[in-house]
Amino acid sequence: MASEHKHPNYMAIFWYLAILTVVEIAVIYLPLGKFTIGVLLCALALAKATMVAMYFMHLKFETRTLGLVAVTPLAIATLLIFVLLPDGFAVMKRTADVKAATTEPAKH
Amino acid sequence: MSQAAAIHGAVEPAESPVTPESWGKLGMWIFLAGDAVGFGTLLAGYGAMRATSADWPSPYDVLGINLTALMTFLLICSSVTMVKALEWLGKGDKGRAQNYLFYTALGGAIFVSLQAYEWSHLIHRGLHINGNPWGASLFGTSFFLVTGFHGLHVTAGVIYLLSILRVVARRPAPAASYNAVEIAGLYWHFVDLVWIMVFTFMYLL
Repeated sequence: MASEHKHPNYMAIFWYLAILTVVEIAVIYLPLGKFTIGVLLCALALAKATMVAMYFMHLKFETRTLGLVAVTPLAIATLLIFVLLPDGFAVMKRTADVKAATTEPAKH
Repeated sequence: MSQAAAIHGAVEPAESPVTPESWGKLGMWIFLAGDAVGFGTLLAGYGAMRATSADWPSPYDVLGINLTALMTFLLICSSVTMVKALEWLGKGDKGRAQNYLFYTALGGAIFVSLQAYEWSHLIHRGLHINGNPWGASLFGTSFFLVTGFHGLHVTAGVIYLLSILRVVARRPAPAASYNAVEIAGLYWHFVDLVWIMVFTFMYLL
């Protein structure tokens, strides 16, 4: 009945996750650009999430079907970013226009 | 499950990509995929509002990360006690499995308590759902919405874990509750996974 699969070394995963969390907090104090820090934080968060899914949620030892189910939200999230981008750029452009319009008369 | 297993038994086992034991697991994964889209939408909406706002406050300065770093660590620990519970149940040690399940639920309960403390502290300092002294009012709205949605998941998880603890206690054979504990574990680790994202995007970035 119990589909006993091999248990990975959970304590090792725990230490990886704990160390990555400390690294994440250290990263925000690094003398780097905002964009670089953002990319680093996203990469670290993704690494941690992958570890939780692969080892704690046993995705590494499961059938392909469950893997496909798990990957679906990632595909939808990627689409979501592209759906939001045009709106984001439009608002950013308008904000920039408003700023330009309000600063210009002050010069005259 | 018995009916599904009976139907499944009539088919060649090799034809199905999932074994009869994992129908519940498949169901939980499909639920979690949907839930992940929910959280993904919230976080994407947060990102869009923040990127297009002219006066978004710095989350690091307003929220602080000391307490939340501790909360992150706590959830990781509770994920470890969850896998330990399953491991001991697989080895046939029901008592140890029950202990670890209890520690997991306790970790979740402490997490929610710390969040309540954090919220009341922030509300006291002026962070409200409809405005705050630091800038864009949507900052407070999105903060309470996203962390609240996650906190609700943790609360539900604690109740879920305690009911599974009862299931383990009632069934004499440890193997009889293995599947139920594994499925509950999936939900719990997912809540941990979401917090990793929320912590990164709402506190650190």
